[in-house]
Amino acid sequence: MPLLELEHLEMLFPVRVAAGGRKRGHVHAVDDVSLTLAQGETLGLVGESGCGKTTLARCVVRLLRPTSGTVRFRGTDITSLGSRALRPYRSKMQIVFQDPRGSLNPRKRVNQIIAAGLRLNQGAGSKEERVGQLLSHVGLNPEHATRFPHEFSGGQRQRIGVARALAVNPQLIVLDEPVSALDVSIQAQVVNLLDDLQDQLGLSYIFVAHDLSVVRHVSDRIAVMYLGKVVELSAAEVLYTRPIHPYTVSLLAAIPIPDPELSRSRSRHVVRGELPSPIEPPPGCRFHTRCPGATDICRLVEPPLAVYPGGHQAACHHPLNVTETDLAGAVRSPAASRSAGPDLPGAPAGAPPSE
Amino acid sequence: MTALLDVEHLKVSFRTEEGVVHAVDDVSFSLQAGELLGIVGESGSGKSVTAMTLLGLTRGPNASFSGRVMLGELDLVTATERQLERVRGVRVAMIFQDPMTALNPVQRVGEQIVEQIRAHERVKRHVAMDRCIDLLDRVGIPRARERAGGYPHEFSGGMRQRVMIAMALSCSPEILIADEPTTALDVTTQAQILTEIETLRKDMGVGVLLITHDLGVIAEVADRVIVMYAGRIVEQGSLSDIFYDPRHPYTWGLLGSVPRLDKARPDRLPTIPGSPPSLLHPPSGCHFAPRCAWHFEACSTVPELKNDGPENPEHLGRCWLELEVARRRRLVGGTIGLPVPSAAVAASDGADR
Repeated sequence: MPLLELEHLEMLFPVRVAAGGRKRGHVHAVDDVSLTLAQGETLGLVGESGCGKTTLARCVVRLLRPTSGTVRFRGTDITSLGSRALRPYRSKMQIVFQDPRGSLNPRKRVNQIIAAGLRLNQGAGSKEERVGQLLSHVGLNPEHATRFPHEFSGGQRQRIGVARALAVNPQLIVLDEPVSALDVSIQAQVVNLLDDLQDQLGLSYIFVAHDLSVVRHVSDRIAVMYLGKVVELSAAEVLYTRPIHPYTVSLLAAIPIPDPELSRSRSRHVVRGELPSPIEPPPGCRFHTRCPGATDICRLVEPPLAVYPGGHQAACHHPLNVTETDLAGAVRSPAASRSAGPDLPGAPAGAPPSE
Repeated sequence: MTALLDVEHLKVSFRTEEGVVHAVDDVSFSLQAGELLGIVGESGSGKSVTAMTLLGLTRGPNASFSGRVMLGELDLVTATERQLERVRGVRVAMIFQDPMTALNPVQRVGEQIVEQIRAHERVKRHVAMDRCIDLLDRVGIPRARERAGGYPHEFSGGMRQRVMIAMALSCSPEILIADEPTTALDVTTQAQILTEIETLRKDMGVGVLLITHDLGVIAEVADRVIVMYAGRIVEQGSLSDIFYDPRHPYTWGLLGSVPRLDKARPDRLPTIPGSPPSLLHPPSGCHFAPRCAWHFEACSTVPELKNDGPENPEHLGRCWLELEVARRRRLVGGTIGLPVPSAAVAASDGADR
């Protein structure tokens, strides 16, 4: 049984559109997303600002109540549970936030912060011992348990956030951009730590990030999101060697490579234009306004998520890096949006477009 | 060719309740017209304080300065506020990391640029506005005339940054200082903004000082690079010097810890163990020694910033390791990086295991 199942999850936020406040609309933050997470797996969730990945992460740990769809944890539907019924699940799913400064109470000592969850979920052994163990586990000195957050560096504060999440022995940890705010050399330390902890404790992770290079290192599978939808889902390495969706291709092409010759020799595929409004997403394929390969069908019909032989999924009428055989063997994914069109792509698109 | 800007032995320190913070310690460099000089470093390296000091933005009752920053004949360290007002925005412009906090949220964007222009030049309002619209168009803002009437919150992050660039270039400065201009932006927007800065640099011949922690960005656009650590320059050279023949162990560590999409996935990401020192009580001698896998007795004295000889006089390093020894030591499994830490480093706070 999968640890976590998301089925046609939707999270809409009502907004007032236009001055005067009469017209009402919704921000389609998460728009019909289905994903599963196996025990011990790390699912990377990538995308840029406004794609819905953080909202999705919060829906998973029920910091938000989804507008529709289902969240199932170990087979149990937790989507609409009230706070009391949710309590036993809280310790099983934890979250580590992006901002190491904002996510720790500056007026509490570190031992209070880490032990807060222990009040509700008592384990064996004294709390002090447990806090000390946790601090060591994340590479910090247990003697510093009585210090305040401001006495630690950003990387250390992030480790405290991880220790806090671990305190209640979770099975799933959602990491929302856990290293984005850290210096590069410290990012690597925290990523290695998360890797080690996963091996030692059998944890499952959902790793939300906008940085594809970091995500590659920790993930088994990666889902790429754009404007509230999953546009591509594949095993980690394959996403980098054979990206199918044009948005993934432009995302990868935009990442600066710390090697001047390599970076200057590759074709610069700078994606045009701006992210459309999530209140009124474009019809058809949401990426069509910025896609160099967009055709008429893209403007009219939303492409369904298709599963290609090997398990790689992508939602595009003109998929890149696929062969005739791949196309012939493609089937509609069960994760495909309900609003998507019925047809799977026909002929392969050929080489990735260049400006 | 004379340099646009000559920074000579700049030192900046701040008196605080807990003692003196030596934020910038003996920094020297020059910037030529049309060149893009990248200053790379992590938190606490002193790169932002250096940049802000160039425009007198770090002055205050607790700040002390020594050294010179020569903009032509004028020393910006000792210049009066009056003199600086004629430099800021006119000869040297600056763009910051977060455009939302740098722009006035209650003033229309076009107005802000017009205000900038008219602060320095005697032109009629409509002339300034025409220039503003032309600039907005030039930096890639569609429907510029219409959008000039918008407020900052009505623009996306990338668009706001373009507005900042337009404002910075409005009086045709000789120098543009960009302090982490793309850090707060998505990677696709970052690519757009970098392309914009590059184009403008080539078209206008502006000298650009780009401050960032992102080596990938440096690799894309810089001509020369300065690497800073804990207030000091530890290495300086051309783009290929720094990326293909780095001298300083900190540079190796920095290059090594960037995850590479174009290489196979390593088992463990190489890191630099430990964390940067406190600038209140920095270690005596080389600041990087406590984290350096190669430190030895000489490191208790501050190494000089020097080159390795007449073949490449522009490539400078602040390390006691002999060049040949350094070249042998810097590879870890075929890639540049730092090896497993020594016991001394592993015992300190926050050490990687």
